[in-house]
Amino acid sequence: MAGVSTKEIKNRIRSMESTKQITKAMEMVAASKLRRAQAQVLSSRPYFEILYSTIQDITRSNRDFSSLYLTGRPVNRVLYIVIAGDRGLAGGYNSNILKQVQTDIQGKDAVVLPIGKKAVDFFKSKNIPLLTENYAEAAMVGIGDCFSISKQLSSAFLAGEFDEIYVAFTSFVSVLSQTPASLQLLPLKQPEHEEKAEGRPHSDTVYEGDSEEVFAAIVPEYLGGILYGALCESRASEQAARRAAMDSATQNADEMIADLSLKYNRARQAAITQEITEIVAGS
Amino acid sequence: MTPFKLKIVTPDGLIFDGEAEELIVRTTGGDVAILARHINYVAPLGMGRAVVVSGGQRRTAACIGGMLSVTQEEVTLVPTTFEWAEKIDVNRAEASYQRADKILRDQNASSTELKLAEARLHRALVRKSVASYK
Repeated sequence: MAGVSTKEIKNRIRSMESTKQITKAMEMVAASKLRRAQAQVLSSRPYFEILYSTIQDITRSNRDFSSLYLTGRPVNRVLYIVIAGDRGLAGGYNSNILKQVQTDIQGKDAVVLPIGKKAVDFFKSKNIPLLTENYAEAAMVGIGDCFSISKQLSSAFLAGEFDEIYVAFTSFVSVLSQTPASLQLLPLKQPEHEEKAEGRPHSDTVYEGDSEEVFAAIVPEYLGGILYGALCESRASEQAARRAAMDSATQNADEMIADLSLKYNRARQAAITQEITEIVAGS
Repeated sequence: MTPFKLKIVTPDGLIFDGEAEELIVRTTGGDVAILARHINYVAPLGMGRAVVVSGGQRRTAACIGGMLSVTQEEVTLVPTTFEWAEKIDVNRAEASYQRADKILRDQNASSTELKLAEARLHRALVRKSVASYK
């Protein structure tokens, strides 16, 4: 153990311990935030299910109308809404989603609407055109913002500014597993033909205005809802990823401290032994 | 009156799930009242006051955006926001009203800013007027 002074090792142990305290605190904060985010994901799910089934019902019962929202057109410009985090230290949370989007948009004429500081920074550095930087703080984006985004995008889609709109987010599978995913928002996917056949007759439904009007009014609401859902999922995923990353960081710190303590004790003993040898030799 | 099944679901969760005798909401076409055995019906919602009569009790709420769907089995209301009158934060609505009003009076505001402020003003007014019903 020659060469490493006990003082040096002691300093390293001390700094490791303070790092451990920080990671431990971050883990606990993430865990409590995760619980809240998880509850939000669960409570918002029925809303999307009902909206989704209504949209499906309308499209299924009306074979004679075609909405611009349904019919695709040749794809020139694509818009990606990318939801990432504001801060790092969350394991692979940010890099996974950003890398996936980067491969997805390769070779396409793509514009990105980033949500979250990390997403803004990433696409700026890659020189990919951004639609707006208004949503640089993911934590500040609320449900009202989701609806105003979806309204803007729906009218932009109808005006032909974009031919396809996707949202890229991290889907919250479980506390231990989060996977990046992307979802096509517009044009809406037509329900399958088999579904049409087994569908109940809906021709007796009365629509306020006519069914096309209702459809045009509901689609932006629906998209806003999906966007909010994706945001909730991403937030829960971020906290889960951070919790896991900080947990393993704390464990690593523990291991290193144990290792260093061993080294420290050995160095101390070596020093004592040497001293004794010197005293014995001197007498 | 005959009761029917009513469900009110917002992105924040299930607000109401049970029997009701009457539901009044503002659709984009104006106020409608739904009673039991209504024909199947779908309407997008506007911004306004909603009234739920359940067990003889009348409850008022602010109901903004979303849609209403009536099927044989039940009535489903899926608004963007739905706040019972007694739970409305009047101070917050007032503050929001003032903020929006300031933007609307601003000569240099951009058109999207104006549009957002207008919607905010409308929401704040609905909340304020519904809160006075409690």
